[in-house]
Amino acid sequence: MAYRMHLMVCAGTGCVSNRSFEFRDALQGELEKRGLHNEIQVVTTGCNGFCGAGPLMVVQPDGIFYQMLSPKDIPLLVEEHFLKGRPVPKLMHVPPEMPAPVPKMMDIPFFARQRLIALRNRGLIDPERIDEYIARDGYTALAKALTQMTPEEVLNEVKLSGLRGRGGAGFPTGVKWEFVRKAEGEPKYVICNGDEGDPGAFMDRSIVESDPHSVIEGMLIGARAMGARWGVVYIRNEYPLAVERLLIAIDQAREYGLLGGNILDTGFDFDISVSRGAGAFVCGEATALVTAVEGRVGEPRARPPRLAQCGLWGKPTCLNNVETWANVPPIINMGSKWYAEIGTEKSKGTKVFSLVGAVNNTGLVEVPMGITLRQIIYDIGGGIPDGKKFKAVQTGGPSGGCIPNELIDLPVDFESLTEAGSMMGSGGMVVMDEQTCMVDVARYFLGFTQDESCGKCTPCREGAKLMLDVLTRITEGQGTMEDLATLEEIGRIVAETSLCGLGTSAPNPVLTTLRYFRDEYIAHIQARKCPAHVCRQLNAYRIDPQICLERGHGCGLCRRECPENAIFGDKNQAHRIDMSLCSKCGTCVDVCHFDAVIVE
Amino acid sequence: MPKLKLADLAEIRERARRTTSLREGAARVKLTLHMGTCGIAAGARKVLDAALREIEERDIKDVIVTTSGCAGLCSREPMATVEVAGEAPVKYVDLTEAKIKSILAVHIVGGKIVEPYALAVGSERAF
Repeated sequence: MAYRMHLMVCAGTGCVSNRSFEFRDALQGELEKRGLHNEIQVVTTGCNGFCGAGPLMVVQPDGIFYQMLSPKDIPLLVEEHFLKGRPVPKLMHVPPEMPAPVPKMMDIPFFARQRLIALRNRGLIDPERIDEYIARDGYTALAKALTQMTPEEVLNEVKLSGLRGRGGAGFPTGVKWEFVRKAEGEPKYVICNGDEGDPGAFMDRSIVESDPHSVIEGMLIGARAMGARWGVVYIRNEYPLAVERLLIAIDQAREYGLLGGNILDTGFDFDISVSRGAGAFVCGEATALVTAVEGRVGEPRARPPRLAQCGLWGKPTCLNNVETWANVPPIINMGSKWYAEIGTEKSKGTKVFSLVGAVNNTGLVEVPMGITLRQIIYDIGGGIPDGKKFKAVQTGGPSGGCIPNELIDLPVDFESLTEAGSMMGSGGMVVMDEQTCMVDVARYFLGFTQDESCGKCTPCREGAKLMLDVLTRITEGQGTMEDLATLEEIGRIVAETSLCGLGTSAPNPVLTTLRYFRDEYIAHIQARKCPAHVCRQLNAYRIDPQICLERGHGCGLCRRECPENAIFGDKNQAHRIDMSLCSKCGTCVDVCHFDAVIVE
Repeated sequence: MPKLKLADLAEIRERARRTTSLREGAARVKLTLHMGTCGIAAGARKVLDAALREIEERDIKDVIVTTSGCAGLCSREPMATVEVAGEAPVKYVDLTEAKIKSILAVHIVGGKIVEPYALAVGSERAF
């Protein structure tokens, strides 16, 4: 019997960790119990991007969107919606500032304002079934590239489209391909960089999880244009679901003869192997990645020679990011003109961002280049939670810069972000509210890059460490005004003289916060205060006697929990802190039920 | 599985699309079965089953079948609404398995309203 309804259960990593597999199995069980399993199909899809509200499910053909589902919701859903056709409002999403639940996915502002190219199949197909990818025009771009176009024409299409690398540097993809095509030496290799290591970024993982064939098809088309016969996908092993789906996809493509010899009977040969990374951040850097694929310690090397001349095993190699490859099939299918009409003059197409931090709708969004930060954070992201004020947004991962409120109408494209001292990077976007200390943020991100530095070149190894020491000193109230000049000087040297992108971009968070939030640094140094009360060593604590007594009746919890025994007071009496004993750990603030501990 | 040729790729695409097109929500005809308690009591399940079987047998690709609640005329259940894109919706009443089959053949495929089973053309206004 034909299915009348498809239940698209999200099984991206976010939803899976919220037990969407359990939900799916229970749902299937209930449908079978009610005799509906022959008319209603449960489909497991990849990530829908609305990761903060998982597990998610979209009911087709009506496009009804449900969130935060649990097995206990199933009997009601099946009875009311799937049998009687009455969607269940209490399981729907209520966008911030809207009065009522919004039933349809495409009416929810988070989804309605996105434009999907790299994520075109997300939530619409089962990523473990190649037929569903083919149904959505999968592998037609490959067929077109193999039978109706010469390799030069394919390359030219990509060049004209204006596609630029989505991994961070934004190098024109078509130009890179041309270098490799023209380079001497055989065989040539294409590599997909799936070593996404930025804290809070999950664009590439999501693409591989929800649509692995789009990456495989992109690599096939690139290989055709460049004359390559072998491909490698380098993906971090911390992405088990992505690795699993990629391997399934490669097997299915091989079975259909879409990988291997004589593809689609055209005489074109290409195959892909998967190389799993151990999670070193530096291996996302192109030259380090190539050495890691070769089985050696992942360390970058000086360029030139470019990878296009001397890459994997010393042969011409083209390395593109997951998202870049996923953009290729639509460009070939729809044409470069179509693609070049999206975005800005120099930044074409769309970009996927992972929107995280102090924002209502945490998740993955794909938007046209040139959209403003305000549109992403407020219109799509739904603004800042709990009525707090927006303070800054950090773009481009741990080595991106922090962009302040004054620049919130900045268009998001490669040039504008670089000009503001940040970068596109691979597309991380961390939103910060007024309770964030910018000095602490700089220290946190520099701590990450410093920790991930491979140690090969001195500026990155020693410079970043020095900067981190200075920043730590400032957050502990030991800073001097000279430290600011020192930070800027070392930062400039590290940026200019490091061997690879990790080092050259590592000072960005420090330099941009010094540029836009200098007064916060000065407050830490001169007034010995952290305006956001984040740096605990700079805080002073006192207990409001009135609140403590009237609301808390001197409960004594803080006194019992204080590790330094610095709090005094009898039961049913107001308590007080002896600051000479206090280690400023903040435990009293955390444990007080009555907000009686005041931070100053 | 033998290696695909160009024509095979197109064939898989057509075949798989029959399934996945439902997810894109676009169809020429939408057939809504009213499955309130009254509808189910009057046999709407059987009518729905019959409709789905008939669609499968006739290999009709451009119809989506959905269910909805009680249409408000409980004494005339099972009921169904046929919405052909660009035309006014038609409500059918007192349905049986045989009647829904003929509605599929004559109205949904053939384009002619089955007047003896129809209650009305058009829809009540919401709001």
